Amino acid sequence: MGSGPAGLTAAIYTARANLRPLVIEGEPSSTSDQPGGQLMLTTEVENYPGFVEGIMGPELMASFRAQAARFGAEYVTAKATRVDFSSRPFGIWVGDEGYRARSVIVSTGARSLMLNLANEQRLLGHGVSTCATCDGFFFRGVPIAVIGGGDSALEEAIFLTKFASKVTVIHRRKELRASKIMQERAFRHDKIEFLWDSTVIDVLGESSVTGVRVRDVITGEESDLPVVGLFVAIGHVPNTDLFKGQLDMEDSGYLVTQPGSTRTNVEGVFASGDVQDHVYRQAITAAGSGCMAAIDAERWLESQLDAPAHIAQTPRNW
Amino acid sequence: MTANIATLTDATFDEEIASGKEPVLVDFWAEWCGPCKTLAPILEEIAGERQGKIRIAKVDVDTNLEVARRFEVMSIPTLILFKDGAPRLRMVGAKGKGQLLQELDAFL
Repeated sequence: MGSGPAGLTAAIYTARANLRPLVIEGEPSSTSDQPGGQLMLTTEVENYPGFVEGIMGPELMASFRAQAARFGAEYVTAKATRVDFSSRPFGIWVGDEGYRARSVIVSTGARSLMLNLANEQRLLGHGVSTCATCDGFFFRGVPIAVIGGGDSALEEAIFLTKFASKVTVIHRRKELRASKIMQERAFRHDKIEFLWDSTVIDVLGESSVTGVRVRDVITGEESDLPVVGLFVAIGHVPNTDLFKGQLDMEDSGYLVTQPGSTRTNVEGVFASGDVQDHVYRQAITAAGSGCMAAIDAERWLESQLDAPAHIAQTPRNW
Repeated sequence: MTANIATLTDATFDEEIASGKEPVLVDFWAEWCGPCKTLAPILEEIAGERQGKIRIAKVDVDTNLEVARRFEVMSIPTLILFKDGAPRLRMVGAKGKGQLLQELDAFL
């Protein structure tokens, strides 16, 4: 379940092990919750090993997908709506369509958080954007704001300087979480300004965004910043609603795996990628844990069957 | 572009929207937009399956900014359904086929 770096790496490995993986890859959207995952909304990925000059996020994910398909992985382009891990084979539903699987690897990832303000929702597509790479073009020569202090926020801010007259990065603290290289690039950029210790409490504008209302978290003072575009990159929340009551999770919603493995509390169900990782959250670590999940699943399946070769002979064993 | 989906420009937009009886769904898109690419094959399927009930057309915002501005497109993909020449439904962002049809079929 899931088709980011974790899910597709698990698909490559399980397909090559003749386990006939079916990938429930998710549903098209303009948010990070879509087939291919968070990298679908990024531009250049510069830290994925093997690509000296970097690679575009969507291109990298298309390669992952094609590579798994080459070994026989099949895809359902939809979001699972229900799962039943209480008995085996496990059940996964997409609406009325049910699928059975002997083992499940959960790699549903994490999606970008929004501010959760009524006006933010109302002005989505009218100045509020979930996709900087899609919409930057519409903000040529005008001031915009990016909210957040991590790598995603700075990547968006730097990308958006191609279009905007000025990019204000609004961050609730005085220092950034982003990597040093991204910080240096952002600090050096003459179009990027920082608004520290500040949170956005409202999005202003009737038919389209005209500004944001900002509160200084130290003085409590409120002020309006005139911008016509708003990009939110304040963090992520794991896509685990579907598994509530069935898989152990932390209070934050991240799935719990047994240390040093991808095993969940349900035997035969494994978890990999950002859905169980709030520490590293990189494409390469997600891919690595997807590989671990595939190997864990394969070994577990072998332990369940008298003749492991049997797996490969069953025409369709999900 | 496939046979089922017309390409509109700033110059041809009004004429195309006014011609024909069926509602026209216009997809504002651009080459650099990932979610637009995800949406494209879904729209082709819908154009095939709903032939005679709906026309689907595309506007590349990169070269046709005038019409994009006129309809206040600030995010792509944006889909606007025109019926009797007037915009009736607006959807922002890529969506799955089921979701799209659910919204569209109410107007067909």
